[in-house]
Amino acid sequence: MAKGILGKKLGMTQIFSADGLLIPVTVIEAGPCTVVQKKTIENDKYLAVQLGFGERRERLFNKPAKGHFARANVKPQRYLKEIRFSAEDDFADLNVGDSVNIGIFTEGEKVDVTGTSKGKGYQGSIKRHNQARGPMSHGSHYHRGVGSLNAVGPARVFKGRKLPGRMGGERTTIQNLEIVKVDQDRNLLLLKGAVPGVKGSLVVVRKAVKS
Amino acid sequence: MDLIKAIEREQLRSDIPKFDAGDTVRVHAKVVEGSNERIQIFEGVVLRRIGDGARESFTVRKVTQGVGVERTFAVNSPRVEKVEVVRRGKVRRARLYYLRERFGRAARIKERRR
Repeated sequence: MAKGILGKKLGMTQIFSADGLLIPVTVIEAGPCTVVQKKTIENDKYLAVQLGFGERRERLFNKPAKGHFARANVKPQRYLKEIRFSAEDDFADLNVGDSVNIGIFTEGEKVDVTGTSKGKGYQGSIKRHNQARGPMSHGSHYHRGVGSLNAVGPARVFKGRKLPGRMGGERTTIQNLEIVKVDQDRNLLLLKGAVPGVKGSLVVVRKAVKS
Repeated sequence: MDLIKAIEREQLRSDIPKFDAGDTVRVHAKVVEGSNERIQIFEGVVLRRIGDGARESFTVRKVTQGVGVERTFAVNSPRVEKVEVVRRGKVRRARLYYLRERFGRAARIKERRR
């Protein structure tokens, strides 16, 4: 994890590449973020910058939050997230109050995107865990239910058994998305493929771990 | 949302003439063969236009040696060199799927006069 930025998912569309291929893209309005706090080895035993992003009415912040921003001498911001880095990264040069914008990424680079996936509600094990269903006919009487829960021996169900339940609405990371376009003027990042979350939700775009 | 529309608007081409289902068009499509690129002309009746904005595409049907051939192009694709309208057709629906079941004289479309 070397560099990253916070952004808002705007939605998806398609764009033509230079050779005429239609590419599905997710549009992310990323940054500009401000460094609100810096974590250091001496103080915190790890390296990270705390980035602030997004607007929110001043009076909605409580006093501790206002104080936190006032200490860094920056405007209060809606979201705060830490981006970790190692000592040799460019991010090590950042100081409190600096702004991070989309310019840290270039077209063609690979990134990982973290967000909160869309909530699906209470779902059965077929949708939730990709289990298979039973035959619908020939007197089967076993259609979309969960399969065997266990052997009868232990007389209990072991933890981690795949069962129906709440699905989605959890932190998800998609790795190795290609940056198709970086629009500096409008702070837009166009990534090839889908990104977790609903439109308008917060996403963290980081340099790909596997690059 | 309007930023997405703005991105789509940037991709729109203004040099494509107005045409609709039922019209006969000649599409000059760029074809890449190995390393060289050439232009292939595909002429036929427009079966439909589908989608809107940057995603809009249209399907052209022609009958070659008794076999119906359909090709779909994206209206704003850079691979479409140009589109010529050969004939305006008079049709009563937006999607001319019924042409697939007809051949020869039955598949004729009246010309639109203005």
